[in-house]
Amino acid sequence: MPESLLYGTEVVLNGLMAGVLYALVALGFVLIYKASGIFNYAQGVMALFAAMTLYGIMVGQVPFAHLINAIFGTHIHNFGWEVPAIIAIVLTVVVMVLFAWLVQQYIFRHLVGQEPIILFMATIGLAYFLEGVADLMWGSEIKALDVGLPQGGSLWIEENTQWLGMGNENFYGFFLDQLDLIATVIAAVLVIALVAFSQYTKQGRAMRAVADDHQAALSVGINLNFIWVLVWSVAGFVALVAGIVWGSKSGVQFSLSLIALKALPVLMLGGFTSIPGAIVGGLIIGVGEKLFEFSIGPLVGGATENWFAYVLALLFLVFRPQGLFGDKIIERV
Amino acid sequence: MFYREAGDFKISYNQDNQTFPIRFDRYRYYAVMVFAFAVVPFIINDYWANAIMLPFLIYAIAAIGLNILTGYCGQVSLGTGGFMAVGAYACYKLMTAFPDVSMFIHVLLAGGITALVGVLFGLPSLRIKGFYLAVATLAAQFFLVWLFNRVPWFYNYSASGQINAPERDVFGIIITGPNAPAWATYLFCLVFLAFCALMARNLTRGTIGRKWMAIRDMDIAAEIIGVNPMKAKMTAFAVSSFFVGIAGALFFAVYLGAVEVGEVFNIQKSFLVLFMVIIGGLGSIFGSFAGAAFLVLLPVVLKVVGADMLGWPTDIVAHLQLVIVGALIILFLIMEPHGLAQLWRVAKEKLRLWPFPH
Repeated sequence: MPESLLYGTEVVLNGLMAGVLYALVALGFVLIYKASGIFNYAQGVMALFAAMTLYGIMVGQVPFAHLINAIFGTHIHNFGWEVPAIIAIVLTVVVMVLFAWLVQQYIFRHLVGQEPIILFMATIGLAYFLEGVADLMWGSEIKALDVGLPQGGSLWIEENTQWLGMGNENFYGFFLDQLDLIATVIAAVLVIALVAFSQYTKQGRAMRAVADDHQAALSVGINLNFIWVLVWSVAGFVALVAGIVWGSKSGVQFSLSLIALKALPVLMLGGFTSIPGAIVGGLIIGVGEKLFEFSIGPLVGGATENWFAYVLALLFLVFRPQGLFGDKIIERV
Repeated sequence: MFYREAGDFKISYNQDNQTFPIRFDRYRYYAVMVFAFAVVPFIINDYWANAIMLPFLIYAIAAIGLNILTGYCGQVSLGTGGFMAVGAYACYKLMTAFPDVSMFIHVLLAGGITALVGVLFGLPSLRIKGFYLAVATLAAQFFLVWLFNRVPWFYNYSASGQINAPERDVFGIIITGPNAPAWATYLFCLVFLAFCALMARNLTRGTIGRKWMAIRDMDIAAEIIGVNPMKAKMTAFAVSSFFVGIAGALFFAVYLGAVEVGEVFNIQKSFLVLFMVIIGGLGSIFGSFAGAAFLVLLPVVLKVVGADMLGWPTDIVAHLQLVIVGALIILFLIMEPHGLAQLWRVAKEKLRLWPFPH
């Protein structure tokens, strides 16, 4: 194989991996949007918050230590114990469920029936609020999250793809990050689990019913409040998974919350209401932006990844306003 | 007692059509204008100008611009930061290319250029609606910031990649650069704000504003009664971007003086202006003022109370500020989705009967 084709293939593979991560974040959006019509901008900050909480629990940080020290003049910082990753993850899930309940109880219950755009603004407010709380609780320094996921390139793949170079001296096999591979597996498992949950369980069916029609669901005896808490909890769980993967990759820090912005074009492309759309959209965006940066990027000064996804989604939407798999938009007067 | 309509007779169409039909409102408006133009410039100092007045005036212009697009025409835009950057860079290129031309003309031209760019990025709004459009405007935000960062022509090939406002004057008085007196920069921005507010007020209560509102309330129905959606949406994008561009140009040339585009005109700026519009009140010119004042004053007050009076570390104060802004937005949306402007309207209703309600 010629060299450029090999590099191109590697770029595509890496793009697919990145796309899986985008899809992971986009999934959280789709879940909430389908069930409650809320476009949850705070999803990225939820991932940040979940990852920070996980880290804080693991190393035994005292929540709000900074604030307490500032008010009372004390010097507390750590409880002095460490929690194993598994238990910490379970505790974080509990925190996210509690968060879901609080959000439902104190914010969105009061906003039922408002216009979608008002709900969207509320989630932007929630994102600000949560970001401030996360920083106050756990401190804003960069944290190295390590829950035991493998790091670095996969040697096995490098060795087993070297033959593709056909004796080319400069080709050492494909370089794929082990973490990305694991993330792909995790995302796949998560998607299958979510689909199974929504298809085959009672609560999942109720969730779909609520997504279809709030009032009809209410009239057959489905507890709307419970379903919404459930959906926010599931979205919190998805955020936690995304937070773990991204946090292990590049540390837990503010930029983690910006992955929400990466997920938006994925959603536009795939359609806000479709789980398969989130996945396919994620892959298209991931591959597209890596390929564009690889081929066109050097000509125009690089760093095209910041906007390429948006422009691609924008152009795509002009021809298909509901995205790839979104429900057809029917307007009635 | 003071605020009432009784006895306030209109005897001509002009009187009936004026901006402030109630006499008390009109006098209040004149008083505010006189105070802003004739009193403040004599008492303003550098701290007040740079910390409070200039940001307030400039954000108010941007908020009016976004309010026209989002509040009146119903097209949510998250690209305000990008359009402000267009205004800033257009102004910079004009200032350096034509040093002898008055700053008034530069700023207006910068607004005009931004209007063109706004129309370009508004074109998808004919096909895309709602959230999809909101996200699509992010394309403008990210693409424009990237463009100004990466294409050296825009920052005149300066080594730092920044743009710096050279010293320019209006009628012999310096208004840009570090030597500009506080009162001159204040007055310069105030003139633009007054101009924009007057224009916005009159546009929104005329034919074109009614078309925007018809599109906002239901675009298909509006089309059926004869509103051309393309014209309405494009004019909304143009007028809105014109104001936002003026705000961007002033923000760069008069307020900051030096701009690094990724720092100043990032997506946080878009959200900030959007928050001003929401907290102030969608679809209200007064709301834009109120929202801008609120969000400009809030950090200043928090800093004074938290850092200076209580002696907390600045990073905690910054985090608390996020919490408070977030909580306030949620609170406003729950308690008063129509913002400060609605509170003001309710207060006026009460004032009409005060102090003898029934």
